[in-house]
Amino acid sequence: MPISEKNGTKVWQVRDRNGQLLRWAMWMAVAIIFYISWMKISDQTTWYFVFDAPRIAADIGGRAFPPRWEYIAKLGKPVWDTVNIATLGTIFALCMAVPVAFLAARNTTPSKTFIRPLALLVIVSTRSINSLIWALLLVSIIGPGVFAGMVAISIRSIGFCAKLLYEAIEEIDENQVEAVTATGASRWQVMVYGIVPQILPAFAGIAVFRWDINIRESTVLGLVGAGGIGLQLQSSLNILAWPQVSLILLLILVAVVLGEWVSAKVRGAII
Amino acid sequence: MSALAQQIGTPWKKPPFIKNAMLRMVLLVGFIVYFFMALNSMEVNWSRVYQGLDRGWKFVTAFAHPDFCSRASDIKEGMIESVIMTVTSTVVGIAISIPIALGAARNIAPLPVYIVCRFIIAVSRALNEIIVAILFVAIFGFGPLAGFLTLSFATIGFLAKLLAEDIEDMNKVQAEAVKATGASWMQWINFGVQPQVMPRLIGLSIYRLDINFRESAVLGLVGAGGIGATLNTAFDRYEFDTVAAILLIIIVVVMALEYISGIIRARVQ
Repeated sequence: MPISEKNGTKVWQVRDRNGQLLRWAMWMAVAIIFYISWMKISDQTTWYFVFDAPRIAADIGGRAFPPRWEYIAKLGKPVWDTVNIATLGTIFALCMAVPVAFLAARNTTPSKTFIRPLALLVIVSTRSINSLIWALLLVSIIGPGVFAGMVAISIRSIGFCAKLLYEAIEEIDENQVEAVTATGASRWQVMVYGIVPQILPAFAGIAVFRWDINIRESTVLGLVGAGGIGLQLQSSLNILAWPQVSLILLLILVAVVLGEWVSAKVRGAII
Repeated sequence: MSALAQQIGTPWKKPPFIKNAMLRMVLLVGFIVYFFMALNSMEVNWSRVYQGLDRGWKFVTAFAHPDFCSRASDIKEGMIESVIMTVTSTVVGIAISIPIALGAARNIAPLPVYIVCRFIIAVSRALNEIIVAILFVAIFGFGPLAGFLTLSFATIGFLAKLLAEDIEDMNKVQAEAVKATGASWMQWINFGVQPQVMPRLIGLSIYRLDINFRESAVLGLVGAGGIGATLNTAFDRYEFDTVAAILLIIIVVVMALEYISGIIRARVQ
């Protein structure tokens, strides 16, 4: 136990000297990195605008405040589109994620040396690129519209769903699989009766969880032209129609909260 | 006949996932109806898609020969900006979210503080990063400052929520033992609570660093600094080689961060 002497009495300390020095050095390093980074940001900032910010914020707030409620009549279709992008995107993503997850899980993959790394690569590359970038790409390839948004959401979701799913597959109880195998079941029968029932709750949970996230993400896809309510947001921002912007933001907030509520309810019912 | 059936028994059937038959049918029918309604409302211009396939193929092949050189200085600048935004926002976000997490843990904070902190977390989680970035760009002007503020704001909701849940799950006995020695509130937090949640805090912080980097790659699309602006320009000019280079860099950095965070998380837990 590290103890230091102070005026002849022993005082307890949490760490010994080396540990203390190491910690101090780490904090120092973090502080220096932070300082350098902050200076870079500060260099690129027009501080006059920042000091002016409270006034601007109050100004925008004042303009946005009574939201233009009549505008909501025009928002029905975009909201419907947004929900469709999220839902269909999640469904298609799950269709693609299931085989990828089975190929990536250590205990079900046909080949650990060739197919597993390939499946992991698919998971990492689809996961690390944001859906907005996918949407940007797909808009330039297949044209603007809801379809591009849906494809973007589903590509982005593959990696997420497949990763969680293959972790669930790797954690299954092997005894059940063995028991089913022992009855003389074929490979597919083992899959259907030994593995699938074990991961079904996890699967449902993942599906609803991702759907919730996709609702959030699909609300902004319109900013790059991929359909949904983001399109209205973008056009309202472009013409500086702040009352419309505030109404749209309010609607997005309601949609997100509703989505989270539904997903929490469903997950609570499953698990 | 019935004697035979009795002898061999009826074949076993897998129990259904949803036990209530009525609910199962309603969900299934509702799902199918919705699915087709949604598909119908989706207008796909197949001729446009067909035209675009060409460009899509060009994009895919661009990954075979990514062009790091011709826009090297733009890419470098964008990446540095993304990295500094990530680092600063993670540090500031953690610093702010720790007190909020303490306030949002019901076993530490009194009810009024708890409600305020939970409200902050809910607001931060409900607003999408891009929307926050748009507002901050409008208020603070273009540049990495808006991105830094956005990411810090988003970090609070994520980190404070998960940390508060961990604090609520902590072992009460240890904290009580520290309190029984006559420790002050600060000492109680520092020696009774903090050691229990530290591994989780470190793990979450590194995970959030990873997320912040990924998010910083898109904030540029709305003018909040980072590599996203470069990416957007490259897309607009159909320079798919440069796009491929930028995307590859992002993927590699994210993979590296994930690998490092895996090692660190395994060590602290």
